This record gives sequence, C-alpha cells and structure tokens, in this order.
Amino acid sequence: MAKMNMLHAINSALDITMAEHPQACIFGEDVGYFGGVFRATSGLQEKYGKHRVFNTPLTEQGILGFANGLAAFGAPALAEIQFADYIFPAFDQIVNESAKFRYRSGNEFNVGNLTIRTPYGGGIAGGLYHSQSPEAYFAHTPGLKLVVPRNPYQAKGLLRACIKDDNPVIFFEPKRLYRASVGEVPEEDYEIELGKAEVVKEGSDVTLLAWGAQMEIIEQAAEKAQEAGISCEIIDLRSILPWDVETIAKSVTKTGRLIISHEAPITNGFGAEIAATIQQECFLHLESPILRVCGLDTPYPLALEKEYVPDALKVFSAIKKSVEF
Amino acid sequence: MINPNNISLNISHALEFIDGHALNIPTLKILGDNGEILDGATAPELDKETALKIYSTMRFIRLLDERMQAAQRQGRVSFYMQCLGEEAAVTASAAALKHDDMIMAQYREQAALAYRGFSLDNFMNQMFSNELDLGKGRQMPIHYGSNELNYMTISSPLGTQIPQATGYAYGQKLNHIDAATGELASEIDNVTICYFGEGAASEGDFHAGLNMAAVHKAPVVFFARNNGYAISTPADEQFKGDGIAARGVGYGIKTIRVDGTDTLAVYAATQAARKIAAEQGDPVLIESIAYRLGAHSTSDDPSGYRSKDEEAEFRAACPIERFKSWLLKQGWLNEAEDEAAKDKIREEILAALKVAEKVQKPALEELVSDVYDTPIPALQKQYEELKEHIKQHPEAYPVTAGRIK
Repeated sequence: MAKMNMLHAINSALDITMAEHPQACIFGEDVGYFGGVFRATSGLQEKYGKHRVFNTPLTEQGILGFANGLAAFGAPALAEIQFADYIFPAFDQIVNESAKFRYRSGNEFNVGNLTIRTPYGGGIAGGLYHSQSPEAYFAHTPGLKLVVPRNPYQAKGLLRACIKDDNPVIFFEPKRLYRASVGEVPEEDYEIELGKAEVVKEGSDVTLLAWGAQMEIIEQAAEKAQEAGISCEIIDLRSILPWDVETIAKSVTKTGRLIISHEAPITNGFGAEIAATIQQECFLHLESPILRVCGLDTPYPLALEKEYVPDALKVFSAIKKSVEF
Repeated sequence: MINPNNISLNISHALEFIDGHALNIPTLKILGDNGEILDGATAPELDKETALKIYSTMRFIRLLDERMQAAQRQGRVSFYMQCLGEEAAVTASAAALKHDDMIMAQYREQAALAYRGFSLDNFMNQMFSNELDLGKGRQMPIHYGSNELNYMTISSPLGTQIPQATGYAYGQKLNHIDAATGELASEIDNVTICYFGEGAASEGDFHAGLNMAAVHKAPVVFFARNNGYAISTPADEQFKGDGIAARGVGYGIKTIRVDGTDTLAVYAATQAARKIAAEQGDPVLIESIAYRLGAHSTSDDPSGYRSKDEEAEFRAACPIERFKSWLLKQGWLNEAEDEAAKDKIREEILAALKVAEKVQKPALEELVSDVYDTPIPALQKQYEELKEHIKQHPEAYPVTAGRIK
C-alpha cells in the first residue's frame, strides 16, 4: 500500500495497462510530454514512447473517431477528453459509433477496447465550461458503460476494470478530488467490479445515494443527521450504466426512504431514473417520497456556485424533510 | 532557426494574396473513350487475371444494382443505393489493395466488397435483413460488413469512418514496433482505405480525420468520391475550393486527382498511394471525379433537381464500357461470352433473391444481444418481460412468437 492522491492512482492504473499491453495507447490534448493539464498521464510518455502516449490536435471528435478506429483494430485505446464540458464535439462518435459498433455489425466488429477518461464536476471555480456533469446524456445510450470513482482506491480499481471490460466505457473523474482526495492504494494491480454499488455506511432511517465527488457531501450530511439522531445508510452508486438496482432497492426496502444527490441539473438527471425505478421496486416499503438534491436547472454558475451546488446543508434539509414527512 | 509556428520560412516584402484556386490540380486520365491508352500516359501493370476480376466485379455490381433497384420498386426490399457511374472508381481502387488491407467505406462501395469475395447470398441476406445476415438484421439494406473480408460495417452517419480509419491505420502501424528500439517502423504490411463522398467531406470528421492522419502519420488511403451530388445538393453548393484534393495539400498530405471513370487511372493512382502509405507510413488523398448517374437512393428522385440532358451526357461515358473496350483490345475478353455471362448472372441474382426473401427474420434474442458483450441486468429483465408479453399475444408478433424459448 502507498499513500496516493486520485491522480497518482489513475496514473498507476494507466501505467499497469501500458506495461500489460504493448499496443495500448494514451492520447488526448496535452497528455504527452506535459502529462495532461491535471498531470494524470505524467511520466508515461517518457516510459512508453511518443508513439504510445501522444498529444492529439485539438479535436474532440477526432480523438474519439481515432479511438474508435484504434479500438476496432484491437488495441486498448485510452482516450482523454480534457474536460467533460468539451466532450460534446465527440458526442456523435460516442453515441452513434462507440455505443453501436457491436450491435450494428452483428458483432463482426466492436470497440470493447475503448476507455474514455474525462474530468467532470464543479467546485474549482470553473464556471459554465469547466464544471459540468454530463453523465445523464450518456446514460440514455445503450451500449455504453459509465463509471465514477469517489476516492483514489476506487479510482484505480474501477479504471482497471473499465479498461479490461469488453465494452466502451466513459470514466468520469471528479476533478475537485484529484489532489484533495488522498488514501491508501495498493501499488499492485486490482479491479473493482463494474455495475456494483457499495454500501459505504450502514444505517436504518434513510438511504443516501450519490457518486463521485458528491459522496463527500452526503457523508457530511449524514454526520449532521447523526447529531440530530437520524441514522443514514450511505451508498456509492459507482456505476451509472449499468446501475445496481438490487443494492439500492434492498437498502430502501430496509430504510423506507431515499435521497439521491448529484451536481447535474435536476431535470432529467440520472436521479430521475433511479427515483422512477426505486418507486416501482419498493412502492409498498416507502415511508416518504423519494427526494432529489441536485443542481438547479441553470447552466453551471460561477459567482453563485455556492448557492447552486447541492451542498451538505441542502442534503441535510432533505433528510429532515424525508424523515418528518 | 527555431520554427514554433511550423510554417515554411519564406519571407516576402510584397503584399500579395495567394489565390484560392492557385493550385489548379490536374486530373489523371490514362484510358481513352475507345479503350486506347492516351498519348503521354503510362498504363499501370495490370495482369489479365486482375483485369478480368475488376471487369467481372463491375459487371456484377451493375446487374445487382439494376435488379435490386427494381426489387425495391416492387416492394421486396425497403431501400437500395446504386453505384451507377462509379463502378470503376470503387472496384479499381479496391483491386489495387492487398486482400487483408482494411476497407472503411461510406455506403456506395458494394463493388469493393464484391471484389473481396462477399457472396451473392451474403448481399441478399443483408438486404432482406434475415436471420442469415452477418449484421443480424439490424441495419437498413446495403449496410454491409465482414470481419473475414476486412470490410468495416457501414454506419449511416456521414464521415464518421474518416477519423476511425486514421485510428485503425495507426493500429496497423503498431503491429510494427521495432523490438530493439521500441520505435515504430515506417514500412508496414497493411494499410486502410477510407471512402467518402464530396458531401461527407464537409463534415467536421473529415477535417479531424485527415489532420490527425497527417500529424500522427497514419497509413490511410483517403479516397474521396466526388460524384457531383450529395443527395440533391450539387458540389458547387458544397464547397468553393478546387474540389476535395486542394484540402489534402492544406493538411500536408500527398494528393492526386483521378478520372474516376477511368479504371486504369484509378488503379494506377491507388497502387501508388498504397505504396506510399505502406512504405513511408503516410496518409495519401485521392480525389476521384465521376458522376452519380443514379438517384442518391431509392428514396430520392433526381428529376427534381437536375436535367435529363445532364444525365445523358454522363451516361454516355460509361466506365464499364470504357474498360471493356480496353479488355477487347487486349484480346482478354470475348463479346459473346460476356453477354452469356451477363444472362447467367441475372439468373443467379434473381434465384438468390427468391431464396433470401423467404429466409426467416432473426430470432427475438437478437433484439438484445450485442448491445454489450453480455446483456446487462436491466436489459435482461426487459427481455424477459417482452417474451412474456409476446407469449400472451402471439398473434400480434407473428415473426418471433413461434420461436420463443
């Protein structure tokens, strides 16, 4: 075990992959010698060569088009989109190409070797275009898998699982935690199974569900709740697609209450899908309406970011509302 | 001198603009209208066997297109797209490749797939989206694909295959990492050819794909089929530059323009382009000039946007007839045998059509397979619910109801 921040953990997962497969390539804007604007790919070009770790021209659709081709060829394609806010020029390549490659060809071809890494989320004073959480757009696309880690240990194990999974995966990295989150991480290889949520803390009164950087927020809210005598069960969804209905339903069956929290705007956010499914699965066990504590339906703000974000106080208010319903 | 802007260091003191058409790119033409080699032109090395295979492929595609166009009009298939007028461009370029080079096509390149050996039954099974279709009945007619024949499955969105070809070709290069130095060898076994139309070249993916191929030295032969029309939009409403070829130079890519109705010119240019890609590891751009004689697809009617006179002018310059004249001059083809072969092919096509249209549709399971490598739990649940529903209402779902396990 070693103390690592999330960037070190991601770098370690990439390093293992590059050593494992002689044709694996890492590419994106500024990922080469510079090691990426957040330094996630630091040192990898020196180690594996310019032909395997390289800067691309400034073209997100090109990065994903190239990645689809490389993955279809059979090489692990590790594409980085510098900010999730800039993934939209590549939307067609991801939604119409990556996601449908296997299906449309009857499995003659596939891009299971594709992994897209992209930093998402707010909390860095990034305003409209360095803060977005676009997971819900992609969650509406059969053929993709979506994964979000909450800490360095999770990041390494989940990223390795994404890379080895034989489907195209988008790995959303909570950029606010890149350096802020530090923890014990094994230096050796390990994987965390995709599609499985994790009960981070057991509780009895209300289930709190989030993913990525929002986990820290609901944990803080749970502490406030505990002081108020309310016991929260905390779950990290980890995989948004496919998502672990069973673990969430089991928890809500026990607590009778569910609060979902994400940074993305509330309308049509992934919380809506979870709420719809869980009310169907747990209808007779629910003690109160399922609540969502999310971003407002605005573009991501700058000066008023604190007011916008679903912070621990807003989550705590929802907990009280749910319990007192 | 350092050159941070990556430009030619050529200073001028005269204020002068370069004209937007300064390049004035020529079109390579080798074969004359009557099958003669034109003065000053050099015929490519083309053996009798290859020449006849090119010819028989073009002949087959012309007959297949005629029959399937009619089959669509009869309501037997939902959709079709003809290669009419572009048979030489597609067939001769595919013939200049190695059999295991990757082909990433747009949709009008069925001749390239036929050249590779895709069987008549395979063509039919795809068009009838029956259970024998390699694509499992999921895409509209003419969206062929074959892993065995290195022909990437067609995708309807235009131009998406262009940056993908760059990535695929880069992968072909990764097969040749020098074990001693860890560096890429420039000489490689296989390349990728990427076909697209002059309309698709307006998509952002064209720019992305060509620029990345140049920057990353991906061995792609980009083959732009400039056939004059993108559905109804003529090329002069698509771009103002000198065709697509002028852009190749902008990307720093070796570029050539050929007469796409001239089998020998297309073959010669593609052969030379492949050599550059395989030996230098660089991309090449070929712009082929031809005319889309048919409609865009069976859903289109060109009489609404172009004249019969215009079509007649180009119909006279048939690429197949021109190549046939050359073959006759070579003494490699016999007119009577050719006519007999056409009759036989027509019969075979009709027979295959009659078989394929009776083959049943794919089983219900193929609705949910291949979305992922294995169905995810939510989809598995939806599938089970759908099966139960169909079992309760079998009369409403006659295609699959009888075969649900």
